[in-house]
Amino acid sequence: MGMTLTEKILARKAGVEVLKPGDFIEIEPDLGLANDITAPLAITGFRKAGGKTVKYPERVFLVPDHFTPNKDILSAEQVKILKSFAEEYPGIHFFDQGEVGVEHALLPEIGAIQPGMVIIGADSHTCTYGALGAFATGVGSTDFAGFLLTGKAWLKVPSSIRVVFKGDLQNWVTGKDLILNLIGKISVSGARYKALEFSGPVIDALSIEGRLTMANMAIEAGAKNGIFRVDQKVMDYCSVKAHQDQFNFDADYKTESEDYERTVEIDVTGLRPQVAFPHLPENVRNAEDGRQIKIDQVVIGSCTNGRIEDLRLAAEILRGKRIAKGLRCIIIPATPRIYTQALNEGLFTVFLEAGAVISPPTCGPCLGGHMGILASGERCLSTTNRNFVGRMGHRESEVYLASPATAAATAVTGVITSPEQVEAVPGNRITKGDARDY
Amino acid sequence: MIIKGKVYKFGNDINTDEIIPARYLNTSDPEILAKHCMEDTRPGFADLVEPGSIIAAGHNFGCGSSREHAPLAIKHTGIACIIAASFARIFFRNAINIGLPITESAQLVDRIKEGDRISIDLDSGKIDCPGGEVLSVPPFPEFMRAIISRGGWLPYLKGL
Ligand code: SF4
Repeated sequence: MGMTLTEKILARKAGVEVLKPGDFIEIEPDLGLANDITAPLAITGFRKAGGKTVKYPERVFLVPDHFTPNKDILSAEQVKILKSFAEEYPGIHFFDQGEVGVEHALLPEIGAIQPGMVIIGADSHTCTYGALGAFATGVGSTDFAGFLLTGKAWLKVPSSIRVVFKGDLQNWVTGKDLILNLIGKISVSGARYKALEFSGPVIDALSIEGRLTMANMAIEAGAKNGIFRVDQKVMDYCSVKAHQDQFNFDADYKTESEDYERTVEIDVTGLRPQVAFPHLPENVRNAEDGRQIKIDQVVIGSCTNGRIEDLRLAAEILRGKRIAKGLRCIIIPATPRIYTQALNEGLFTVFLEAGAVISPPTCGPCLGGHMGILASGERCLSTTNRNFVGRMGHRESEVYLASPATAAATAVTGVITSPEQVEAVPGNRITKGDARDY
Repeated sequence: MIIKGKVYKFGNDINTDEIIPARYLNTSDPEILAKHCMEDTRPGFADLVEPGSIIAAGHNFGCGSSREHAPLAIKHTGIACIIAASFARIFFRNAINIGLPITESAQLVDRIKEGDRISIDLDSGKIDCPGGEVLSVPPFPEFMRAIISRGGWLPYLKGL
């Protein structure tokens, strides 16, 4: 039996010929990240363990994105811990306000992520980087402290599920709809402890942004990591050349179906825009089933759907329209670069004229932090990734998850609305939606 | 190591936002976190826990975010052990890494009710249920037992 893509990347890192699911390995990851919530605990652990040096400071990324701009004294104190730690150990990458964006949008954008890397992050959505052909998985603060001290981490090799997407994608059906559909089919624990490997003609045609959205939500199916094969789009996106020695693309992609625990085939022909209803990402239905549900707030942003393509998609629908009376629409470009790009492309004018609010890059409302918290009984349709009880505010509020197109259509009508039910006005610079060829 | 205590029962897919809502994550002080443990899913939980108690839960306990604040909050309410039908991956490793004993048993949750008293021997994997029934759970692999016996991942690394 051969090895899957995930197993091959881990075997190379562990310096062994063969790995099988269930093996424990101790490795030195190529990159580790933590944020304003998880890094303070790790730094405390580092100090308690008598840490005097950081093993590989240049591999360490500290991204205080969750409560930025600092929402109160306590969160400002947390960021101060990160900042002084980065000052104490030169080489550590630290991003202050003005540079900081949502970590999983920021790191791929600045070129920190390369195919074939092994990455641990003290944040569950670290799995996002699998879109670029890296093995990337979420860990905890103590794991991160161990990485600071020794440069090491322990991992159990996951078995892999192969998901093949086939068929013809309809207009307005995006990477978000594909991943929601999959989670609806296999449940929030359907890939627990496992790798999800995405492939098939639909994936080949999908943009990098769409793939990042899908890999991001692998954790919502319980997966350890999500992974995509590296094609020309990934090579271009990452400007890959230097790393080709690390990564033997041809050999890595020769896998057999028996290497996988199972294969899930999804025919996307006829798939409609999807919405996950409260309170689990697996409660997935067609967007048009939500026509009776009145929405109080729409959020477009986050590590799932706060990239430029997402904002363009939303603008295509919001152009020349008004947000429904009584609904708040909050738009959060995920990084300063995306923010600038949206500004230069004139998307902000579209959003502001429609009556939306534009937030600085932050996680903010995605985790119920700040910048758009829900009151009791309020309902939010959001492009984020979790709709647990109390996730965005009061325990009696509700969160519905959908694509930026569905979110924008809903913002216009005030009830959950499939994008095809609203007339779109493409602008000069608007590219096609993220699940279509570009 | 034997843990004897009162059982608090939880269902499937208990997520980290339920265990400790993100609005309290602007601190990592375990005592403050413990006060808000399970606040949205079972208000008043923190005040109710008898030290040394056991959580028995269904599948996929601890799904959601990577926040180590979740097992930390539970530990500091006085919960001594969690037995669930299954755990979400990051929660599982976080609990091991901070030295909170957790183990998987698919049978337990259906055989007990809230408030029952049970005992678990972590070394042999035997769980004594009310009414005399004994369940056994598979022992941890050696590698993980070494981490637990040294009191967590950091002490383990230090001892290498
Ligand atoms: S945007 Fe939301 S899911 Fe993404 S890292 Fe921030 S809090 Fe987590």
